[in-house]
Amino acid sequence: MIKLLKKMHKKEVIYAIICICLVAFHVQFELKIPDYMSAITRLVQTDGSKMIDILEQGALMIGCALISLICSITVGFFAARVSSGFSMNIRRRIFEKVEKMGLTEINKFSTSSLITRTTNDVTQIEMVIGFGLQAMVKAPIMAASAIFKILDKGFEWSILVAVCVSILLLVVGTLMAIVLPRFELVQKLIDKINGVTRENLSGIRVIRAFNAEKYQTNKFNEVNEELTKTQLFNQRCFEIMNPTMNLVNHGLTLGIYTIGAILINKAGFSDKLTLFSNMVVFSSYGMHVIMSFLMLSMIFMMIPRAQISAKRINAVLDEEISVIDGEFNGKCDEVGTVEFKDVSFKYPDADEYILENISFKVNKGETIAFIGSTGSGKSTLINLVPRFYDASLGSVLVDGINVKDYKLKDLHNKLGYVPQRAVMFTGTVSSNVSYGDNGKEAISLDKIKKAVSIAQGEEFVSKMENTYDAHIARGGTNVSGGQKQRLAIARAIAREPEIYIFDDSFSALDYKTDSVLRKELKKYTKDATCMIVAQRIGTIINADKIIVLDEGKCVGMGTHKELLKNCEVYKEIALSQLSKEELDNA
Amino acid sequence: MPRPGGPRGHEASKDFKGSMIRLIKNLSPWKAVMIFALTLAMISALLALITPNKLSDFADIISNGLIPKTEVLEDIGVKISENIASIDIEKKLNKLEDEVKLSKDEKVYVRGILSALEEANEEESFALVLSLPDKVLEYLFEDFKYDNVLISSKDQVKMIRLLTSEEELTDLEALPKSIYGLVKPTIDMDEVKRLAIIMGCLYIFSALFSFIEGISTTTVSNLFAKSLRDRISKKINRLPLKYFDSHENGDVLSRVTNDVDTIAQNFNNSLATIVTSGTLWLGCIFMMFITNWILALTAILSSIIGLSLMFLILNKSQKYFIQRQIELGNINGYIEEIYSGHNVVKAYNGEDDALSRFDELNLKLYSSNRKSQFLSGLMHPIMGFTGNFGYVMVCVVGALLTMNDIISFGVIVAFMIYVRLFTNPLNQIAQAMGSLQSTAAASERVFEFLDEKEMSDQKDISRRLNRSKVKGEISFKNVKFGYDPGRMIIKDFSVNVKPGQKIAIVGPTGAGKTTMVNLLMKFYEINNGQILIDGVPTSELTRENIHELFIMVLQDTWLFEGTIRDNVKFNKEDVSDREIWEALRVVGVDHFVRTLPGGLDYVIGDNDTISSGQKQLLTIARGMIEDAPFLILDEATSNVDTRTEELVQKAMDKLTEGRTSFIIAHRLSTIKNADLILVMSEGNIIEQGNHEELLKKNGFYANLYNSQFERTEE
Repeated sequence: MIKLLKKMHKKEVIYAIICICLVAFHVQFELKIPDYMSAITRLVQTDGSKMIDILEQGALMIGCALISLICSITVGFFAARVSSGFSMNIRRRIFEKVEKMGLTEINKFSTSSLITRTTNDVTQIEMVIGFGLQAMVKAPIMAASAIFKILDKGFEWSILVAVCVSILLLVVGTLMAIVLPRFELVQKLIDKINGVTRENLSGIRVIRAFNAEKYQTNKFNEVNEELTKTQLFNQRCFEIMNPTMNLVNHGLTLGIYTIGAILINKAGFSDKLTLFSNMVVFSSYGMHVIMSFLMLSMIFMMIPRAQISAKRINAVLDEEISVIDGEFNGKCDEVGTVEFKDVSFKYPDADEYILENISFKVNKGETIAFIGSTGSGKSTLINLVPRFYDASLGSVLVDGINVKDYKLKDLHNKLGYVPQRAVMFTGTVSSNVSYGDNGKEAISLDKIKKAVSIAQGEEFVSKMENTYDAHIARGGTNVSGGQKQRLAIARAIAREPEIYIFDDSFSALDYKTDSVLRKELKKYTKDATCMIVAQRIGTIINADKIIVLDEGKCVGMGTHKELLKNCEVYKEIALSQLSKEELDNA
Repeated sequence: MPRPGGPRGHEASKDFKGSMIRLIKNLSPWKAVMIFALTLAMISALLALITPNKLSDFADIISNGLIPKTEVLEDIGVKISENIASIDIEKKLNKLEDEVKLSKDEKVYVRGILSALEEANEEESFALVLSLPDKVLEYLFEDFKYDNVLISSKDQVKMIRLLTSEEELTDLEALPKSIYGLVKPTIDMDEVKRLAIIMGCLYIFSALFSFIEGISTTTVSNLFAKSLRDRISKKINRLPLKYFDSHENGDVLSRVTNDVDTIAQNFNNSLATIVTSGTLWLGCIFMMFITNWILALTAILSSIIGLSLMFLILNKSQKYFIQRQIELGNINGYIEEIYSGHNVVKAYNGEDDALSRFDELNLKLYSSNRKSQFLSGLMHPIMGFTGNFGYVMVCVVGALLTMNDIISFGVIVAFMIYVRLFTNPLNQIAQAMGSLQSTAAASERVFEFLDEKEMSDQKDISRRLNRSKVKGEISFKNVKFGYDPGRMIIKDFSVNVKPGQKIAIVGPTGAGKTTMVNLLMKFYEINNGQILIDGVPTSELTRENIHELFIMVLQDTWLFEGTIRDNVKFNKEDVSDREIWEALRVVGVDHFVRTLPGGLDYVIGDNDTISSGQKQLLTIARGMIEDAPFLILDEATSNVDTRTEELVQKAMDKLTEGRTSFIIAHRLSTIKNADLILVMSEGNIIEQGNHEELLKKNGFYANLYNSQFERTEE
């Protein structure tokens, strides 16, 4: 937490210091108010005191209250600036950091965890700072000052306040001890009820087909019952809070009065009046002491949660980024070539290699395809080219230069990458196709149209409302999987790269679209190099070179025909998809 | 296509009053408890109202104890002077010389005075008596009792001397002990004790009542939430599939959890708060006016300034809160989008662009965040100030009144508390109204879901086909169907399928192959025509009966979190482990299951070692256990490695044996062997026939079939 706080901007630090000073100042004034109160009561009490005196004390008290009001408004003003400014700043840092991360780091945290770290965890911290800046400073100062004020004013009363505070802390403490672990349980049960409901919804066809509605309902009821039971227990426990607090508060006043009556009764005549005004002071300072302890215990409840969030945020900010920009600035001798020289790859902490000793070279205008079962390392291999990962051993060369030597931007400008799962951004069809920056001039509408038409998307785009300006919802939920995939391919085409990388990008398309698209693409990009990961034999049957991967090793390299003859794994894959005669015909 | 649901957060309700009434109606099973709880809340509030008055009595008793009893002092003075007047000097004098030892001079002096006394009038004699020495006076005075306290002649003399001295009496403690005891200020300790006990009881009862009230309302609200969840879950079973195809799952999910939670958390508490605070507030005004109308007006007027300021702020901050919620939603959505598209952002050098857009959103969030935080932070200090201001006003006006003896000090003490009691409930009511607003919005969404049109009633259907006796014939007669009533996608489709035949359904993705599944399983009702099973129209059969006749294995391998056993046998009871193993063996996954820890008891979780192919095999095994005359099978195997794929295909072939099968075909071997191929495109069945016939037609199918082997190069 402290580590995170160090990242505060100077401006915010100054604001925070102002806040702390103001809070201290504010507490002094607030605590003066009871003094005036007692002065006023004494005046009211004594016969023959003058109205003017009461008015004077009253004016002073209102003055104090006004100053304290202004103080706390100012504190609120700055505190709001500090906490929201700080959260803005931290949020940006995390976002910037994540943008720089490679896949290794992202996988280490997982995308969904990174999202919660940037959103919820930051909000959590923001809340603690917003509340803490006032309460964390105010409560101790208030408690100390209030205790100091009442300490010499009556031993019996002090004991009473101490007893009240300990009752309060005891109740809060026990409650926390009992309820906090159950909070986690509730969270788990909520997840579970969500899980069962999601299960019911996603499997609705199966459930109905099996007439299993009742079976699922029973499952739901079980979780529902348990959730209700736990929730009920927790909330019932909490119901004790309010009445106890009220009871303690009122009990304190009553106790102070009763003790006061006894003390005054015993005291000599001259002490009585002093005791009486002390009693009035006590009844209001005692309240302050209790309130500040309550505030303190609330802070102690908040801190552990904030601590966890802070740790999670720090973990992201401290993560070392493995993929760093290179320095190469010159001109390449080759164009459109990709070469793997004895490349092996494994995850930093893993024992086994995912890829082992892969070597090949593709030249300008050639198509190279990668095939193999799931987990054979095809995607990993292709991810080494745009440096989503860096090779553990060996080197990857693009246009004859090691990818690690390029500036990432320059490297990416050569590439047109289409991922397995098409990614859409909120915006329009055009903004999605012309996405990014390719180091050249902005992509014109004509180019966008051309790219979409090659990607076989013209037909559906023209049917959309506003065609190329049609809105694309978050995550592309308003276009189908196949349409998304075609737009993602159009995005790569519009970029006019030297090298295309298709990471299993055709599987969401039907055979026909797949084949037409590839034909059109070939026509348009005669000079571009193509790297294709595929599952279907049909997709890669015409590649210049096919690399067959099995458990990270290259077990075959050649054309379709060659591999059919001399590569067992390839043959097995091919036969599982096409009959023998079809293979011969092709 | 706009999606239902939309952004969440502080949504305003469409019909606040209507939703509230409906919510309250829905609480009727717990009516007694709720009325009980609300009554307790009212009583507890009323008790809280009485206590300030008691406290004011308490303060009065104590402050009365500060004033010495001057009337007693005067009384005693009168008694003493009476005593002096009644001295029988003649009588006493005889013995004086014997009893009081006097020096010679004194004797002379005393005798002189005594002889002077005989001629003196009353006033003179009083002065003469006082000039006698103390010893003599003490002898002359007689003791008397005041309030059962003996006041000795000695004390009387001392008292007389104090009273007649030149200096004014300032220190009461200089009085003789016996008299001081009578005059000194005392607190009526019996009364203190009585009040302390009464108030203690009041406080304890008030706390107890509010505790019971709290327990009751949370119980009701949790049971209410439970029943709502229960109703939603049951409703899911009664809604037509159409609903789920046109609504996102996340939307229904958030109704089950978030919305129900909002209702449970807020509704009853807010209701109780409004009742308690309302009672407190009204009662407070009432009590204030009863106690003293001038002070009541003072308190109310001085609070109004603060309160109106508070409502102004509340109104304004509401706007920024909504704004903040929206901005937060925007930036969270953006973060999610960019993080999950990280690859593309990087590969397309979109980082700078993403960052600048992020900054824009971040800044917007910052500004609404700052404003809403600042404004909501104002509430507390302003409340505090209002309290203090009211206090001073009450004190000043109260002091004025006390000095004119209109009220006692205790009344001021009571009002100090009334001022607090008066402002707090309004604050709470304002907050409760806010949370009721979001409750209303949430309940509207829940009720909207519960009100959705359900599937047609099946009470009148009495025909039933016995699973074991069905031959397996199915025919479509002039079937017309469209998801939109205005747009038929299946126009006049007829086909006759004989028992044991295999029907392949082919077509590009999104061609509407699931439509066939929907119609066969009666997930959707056909608009026109008939589907007949063994000659019986499906409209005369219950959905459950039709489902009984079909095995359905779909592409999305639906397994739930539970053991392998539970997943395979699913809802079928009385399935022995032996039968499960047999099914697993037939699909070829028995060996794999044996390698798992626990075997059949292995719990399938979220991320585990079971690959998607193995999952598919398990769903096929589930179908095996089901055993029915018809089969619907989706062949698509996504992301399955070659070896598992072979297994899956073998298992599928086993499943089709002896069953009338509808296969969403992906393999050419299936297609070629099918008795009938239905070619679908854009929802329509555009061609039908067997492989050879369709190839000869040289239409859509032929094109589709050939396309995958075409060379992309000339």
